[in-house]
Amino acid sequence: MVSEVSIEPDLAVAQGVWAVLETVKDPEIPVISVVDLGIVRDVRPGEHGLEVVITPTYTGCPATKQIEHDIRAALDQAGFGAVGLVTELKPAWTTDWITVEGREQLRQFGIAPPEGKPGKRALFGATDAVQCPHCGSHQTEMVSEFGSTACKALWRCNACGEPFDYFKYL
Amino acid sequence: MGAAATEKADAALIETVVRLGDNALILGQELSKWTSNAPTVELDIALANQSLDLIGQARLLLDYAGKLEGKGRDEDALAFHRDAWDFRNVLLVEQPNGDFAKTMLRQFFYALWAESFYGALQESRDETLSSIAGKSVKEMAYHVRHAGEWVVRLGDGTEESHRRLAAALEELWPYTHELFMTDAADKAMIAAGIIPDVRTLRPAWDEGVAEVLAAAGLAIPENSWQPEGGRRSVHTEHLGYILAEMQHLPRMYPEATW
Repeated sequence: MVSEVSIEPDLAVAQGVWAVLETVKDPEIPVISVVDLGIVRDVRPGEHGLEVVITPTYTGCPATKQIEHDIRAALDQAGFGAVGLVTELKPAWTTDWITVEGREQLRQFGIAPPEGKPGKRALFGATDAVQCPHCGSHQTEMVSEFGSTACKALWRCNACGEPFDYFKYL
Repeated sequence: MGAAATEKADAALIETVVRLGDNALILGQELSKWTSNAPTVELDIALANQSLDLIGQARLLLDYAGKLEGKGRDEDALAFHRDAWDFRNVLLVEQPNGDFAKTMLRQFFYALWAESFYGALQESRDETLSSIAGKSVKEMAYHVRHAGEWVVRLGDGTEESHRRLAAALEELWPYTHELFMTDAADKAMIAAGIIPDVRTLRPAWDEGVAEVLAAAGLAIPENSWQPEGGRRSVHTEHLGYILAEMQHLPRMYPEATW
């Protein structure tokens, strides 16, 4: 008699792969994993076995190569050397894919998580006030729309006086 | 389609992708010269970031062009080992940075065009172009806002900043027309549903420009001179200088790596 319940081997491997991916952190923001950042889109069966699908954040983000390298290394080290790594651009990465946990991790790291909706581009648009990750105040203002990395803007809190990074909505 | 027709369509697609890639590459390279020279540290960072966006877009496009071409040339080969007579960017993006007003106005003109072009290109029947467009359109929206706000601030600022912006407008306006010109390669791609017809994008672009210039206290100049040629490799003298700086290292040390 054939055993009625057998664990689908691919599923078990996929779960193991996801667990490894959870340990790979963003090189620029080392508190958040590539999974929570929404860079890992899928772990799926491909032509040559299981493959991890990733998508870059910004086209010119210098961390993209590093992230690929880190994921590859983590998979190899965990014994998943046969698992492939493919990059897909579509659908384009959006900050909506940052998980709830990821947002909280950003906040604790001192980076205001992305807020807002895609909405219409406003040429002179008033930007909604971003909540200060330090004191929670909304009495904040944008200093510069382009910050220390492609994904961040520079803000300042008028309540506690601290400058902070804001993870831009994209 | 017969073999000859297929070949022609392929050539038109490569041409299209190279043109888009070269626009982004040359503007990104020229803009990057502000790094460590911008008026404030925030602007320094902003312009460096925008250069990175553009070069990132150029890499995706030129990588794709190299694959379509099938001669084993990658993005680096196309960027560093072609000469001016093989570059297909519009003349606008190779115009020198000049002062800050000129850089911001050039960025505004290009970004507004690129945002609208990539927006429509998302509907392309070419899956790769549509994917690249989906990413690029979001980045260009930030460039439009940044540059647009500066154009208004400079035009509506001091007498000196207004004078400089007005001079930049006089100088750059003629080069904007080329963004909306089409030739046989474009028409083939438009007919195939690969790219949008730029002529249909012009009214919205004109409107956006008029809105910003009005807020800046300036008017669209009279259309007279309409220089073109970059898209068929007839460039202004400025491109050679940009390429010399960009290419000298990989040409002197072809195997150089970080």
